[in-house]
Amino acid sequence: MLKANVTVTLKKSILDPQGSAVEKALKSMKYPVESVRIGKFMEVTLAETDKAKAEEMMHEICHKLLSNPVIEDYFFELEG
Amino acid sequence: MEPKVWREMGLTDEEYLKIKKLMGREPNFLEVGIFSVMWSEHCSYKTSKPVLKKFPTEGPQVLQGPGENAGIVDIGDNLAVVFKMESHNHPSAIEPYQGAATGVGGILRDVFTMGARPAAVLDALRFGPLEEGNNKYLLSGVVGGIGGYGNSIGIPTVGGDVYFHPCYSGNPLVNAMAVGFLEHRHIAKGIASGVGNPVMVVGARTGRDGIHGATFASVELSEESESKRSAVQVGDPFMEKLLMEACLELIQADALVGIQDMGAAGLTSSSSEMAGRGNSGIEMDLSLVPRRETGMTPYEIMLSESQERMLVVPKAGREKEVEEVLTRWGLEATVVGRVTDDGMLRLLEEGKVVAEIPVKALTDEAPVYHRPSQEPAYYQEAKNISLEGFALKDSVEKVFLALLGNPTIASKEWVYRQYDHQVGTNTAVVPGSDAGVLRVRGTKKGIAMTTDCNSRYVYLDPYIGGALAVVEAAQNIACTGARPLAITDCLNFGNPEKPEIFWQFEQACAGVAEACRVLGTPVTGGNVSLYNETPGLAVFPTPMIGMVGLLDDINQVLGNQIKTGGESIYLLGELEGELAGSEYLAMFENMEAGALPELDLTKIKERIDFLLALNKAGLLTAAHDISEGGLAVALAEMTVTCGAKVSVDAKDRLRALFGERLGRIILAASQESAARIEILAAQSGMPLHYLGISCGESLTVQVNGSICLDISLNQYRPVFERAIRNIMNSGQ
Amino acid sequence: MKIGIIRFPGSNCEVDCLEAWRVAGQDPVMIWHQETSVKGFDLIVLPGGFSYGDYLRTGAIARFSPVMDDVVTFAKSGGLVWGICNGFQILTECGLLPGALLRNAGMHFVCSPQYLRVERNDLAFTNKYQEGQIIQIPVNHGEGNYTIDDEGLAGLKANNQIVFRYVTSEGEATEKGSPNGSRENIAGIVNEQGNVLGMMPHPERVVEELIGGVDGKDMFLSILEHWERRTQRGA
Repeated sequence: MLKANVTVTLKKSILDPQGSAVEKALKSMKYPVESVRIGKFMEVTLAETDKAKAEEMMHEICHKLLSNPVIEDYFFELEG
Repeated sequence: MEPKVWREMGLTDEEYLKIKKLMGREPNFLEVGIFSVMWSEHCSYKTSKPVLKKFPTEGPQVLQGPGENAGIVDIGDNLAVVFKMESHNHPSAIEPYQGAATGVGGILRDVFTMGARPAAVLDALRFGPLEEGNNKYLLSGVVGGIGGYGNSIGIPTVGGDVYFHPCYSGNPLVNAMAVGFLEHRHIAKGIASGVGNPVMVVGARTGRDGIHGATFASVELSEESESKRSAVQVGDPFMEKLLMEACLELIQADALVGIQDMGAAGLTSSSSEMAGRGNSGIEMDLSLVPRRETGMTPYEIMLSESQERMLVVPKAGREKEVEEVLTRWGLEATVVGRVTDDGMLRLLEEGKVVAEIPVKALTDEAPVYHRPSQEPAYYQEAKNISLEGFALKDSVEKVFLALLGNPTIASKEWVYRQYDHQVGTNTAVVPGSDAGVLRVRGTKKGIAMTTDCNSRYVYLDPYIGGALAVVEAAQNIACTGARPLAITDCLNFGNPEKPEIFWQFEQACAGVAEACRVLGTPVTGGNVSLYNETPGLAVFPTPMIGMVGLLDDINQVLGNQIKTGGESIYLLGELEGELAGSEYLAMFENMEAGALPELDLTKIKERIDFLLALNKAGLLTAAHDISEGGLAVALAEMTVTCGAKVSVDAKDRLRALFGERLGRIILAASQESAARIEILAAQSGMPLHYLGISCGESLTVQVNGSICLDISLNQYRPVFERAIRNIMNSGQ
Repeated sequence: MKIGIIRFPGSNCEVDCLEAWRVAGQDPVMIWHQETSVKGFDLIVLPGGFSYGDYLRTGAIARFSPVMDDVVTFAKSGGLVWGICNGFQILTECGLLPGALLRNAGMHFVCSPQYLRVERNDLAFTNKYQEGQIIQIPVNHGEGNYTIDDEGLAGLKANNQIVFRYVTSEGEATEKGSPNGSRENIAGIVNEQGNVLGMMPHPERVVEELIGGVDGKDMFLSILEHWERRTQRGA
């Protein structure tokens, strides 16, 4: 079984209100922080065992459902 | 069995011995676990029962009193209102968002298991002062959780109340009330009967969440409980929405004998209570219960508090139909057992009996404790402090603005803006008024609803304060033009094993009971939340009252704001209030003391009836009760859109403007109605005082002939409206 | 007029839309999300709510529900589609409208009366209003912050696709007038052809005086009028 660890974040150009709230909080706590972006982390366990096929399928899944390409970027790693 | 085992589950040694005697043998681990939750205060009311017995619970309007999932009152036309309030204090203290969210989820299930579509939610919240960082975090999380759940499932949050007081620091109160409508013929009950009928688990799968939540709700909070986070469940409003639609469909198709929410103590309480009410038994094979996690023991399955689950007994032969409906809504329904006639709760695992307990031992044989009660020392001390010499500490304007900016008094807009209060498009009076009002679609009727309790009054005088909580609720209902019908309650107190706390409990309940009797609003159910303490400090006794009322004609609904100039403003009741227990005294003298004004419930009832008669005759344009902050604050709340010039013919500026005394209501009427109102008041001997007229863009108040306040709306409105928002938005 | 309201399992404003249409004298039918055809309808409404729980992104899963394929076909062939709140979010997810709806800038869910300026009244949805008219329609959302890139925004403007903007009580489309920080105070847009409209505010909540006002009623009456005119022309 293969596992895909997927990270979805808002594109750099998109305002991230959650991220900026946390950034403000950290700065007010006097941590030397530049910026914070908040995203989603997903673990997808696949029934597919072929790594190449899995990779292709994960791109499709990410593009179709897990992220909205209008506002989000995705990134994944295959494991196992 | 080692004593450690039952003691850790919260049972005393005597209770264990009683169990042994009832069973006629040594109970096993699972059986002890089941007894421990069924005999917890949360499920058995073992401490509170003798006191609760004194509540009036009957009336011609009551279709279902205490003892079911929720109370039901008749509103005519074969329609009824179902309502109930419940606490989720301890889970919210530990994980505010999920604690509050699952509180809403649970109370909604109580209402729709009775067959009613939930129509509204209200939330009564109590927090420590917002100046302390953690309270801000708690308020923010709780409000987010209530909104997150209610908004998603699509039930409007139309009211509630929020107070801030140091006694709630670390032990906030989160009491959620739900109100639903149904036709009489669709009333469903939590009963298991009909030998051989299947018993089904429907909805979400069972996981390890919230094991021993009911026991957890019955102990004091400590630092250790911070680490007991596993006792907090996570809610899934989407799942609940599906479950609600499916259950209502089944109830309306008349496919069920009984249905009950798996709330606190999950499968344990739902199965034994259903069998108890049906004088039957239930046999279940726990290996059939659908699970979310692997390797769960029978103990974990029985005690899990996973949310969004129901226990259902379909009519014989209709289990397929139950399955079909649930499947259409994307949910599971599984037969896990059947109804028997031997009065036993029998649990199997893969066919092997793992527990066997007489149902009545769980539901009826729980110990009842008559706790010692003792008047606390503070009571007479506080009562005997004379407040006579006190005079205004500062200018009227400064006091006025300070009170308006006090979070307990200030607008709760920051809170209710985060709640969908309009979904369903029946909300005729939105939050911010004295009570929320919903129209009843298909009729001319309206239902008003509110939650109230000034716990400082209850602390100073539990009997009078308990009664005043009911009085305030009734006044708030009446100020919308609705007739008070009935109440539900949430009794939040400290540790009842302390005689002083138990005394507060007894006294406050007696006050509530008396007020309910005189005002004609029976108690239809509710819940008891004891052990609300953090090390060294119990919360103020807080018997939260949730009340509903009926408007015969929704077109006669009243708001609490004066909308136009030229209206006559009256005060119904005494011109002066008292300083005892007032917000002024707490803020400016740093004192919580004094003897509350004597209580005359009959007089208050007459005033409420008078107010309702005036509105029925179409003579009023707005009404607002005077509560925290006194007359000046009530006037300010009424005049946020249109100013007023008023004159109070009283000697004592402080007590006239900022004194408090329940049983006082401000009325507004067009000038054409004014003469008629005065005549009616004179005829019925009502203490009605003409105050002045609405006009302009400022509030001008004269006391005893001299102007003591003249302030523009633009100056006080933002103070009132932005106080909480400003605090919440200010640094971490 | 034959009106269909799509009912997803987590929809919660579908009955409100139905009742509002009844106030306007129509009797719509509910279309379960498992249906596969919306043939024969004159208007499809995508109501507010949390279609499938919306845990991933609002509207993200609804887009793949069985009924949506045909709604897209229906829209592309010129059928009227009206998405309100979650409906708007679904319309952007399935590409019938450009842009996306993000979490409100203030981070909180907002339920509040809201002033809007009607930017276009030459549409099937808005012909009863005046251009520039200020109306009050409540908003009720946690993710209504409309976002679009510069190029997309230029396109919206070039094609005159912005229908409603959030404004102050004085009618100014400033930051103060916006409940959610949306780009250029956009509250509602149409597609280039003008037959698919998405908006965050809830007109179905303001069609009766008793429950908060009537400023939304003209949207219902506009659609009816448009349909009647077209039917007459057709007849």
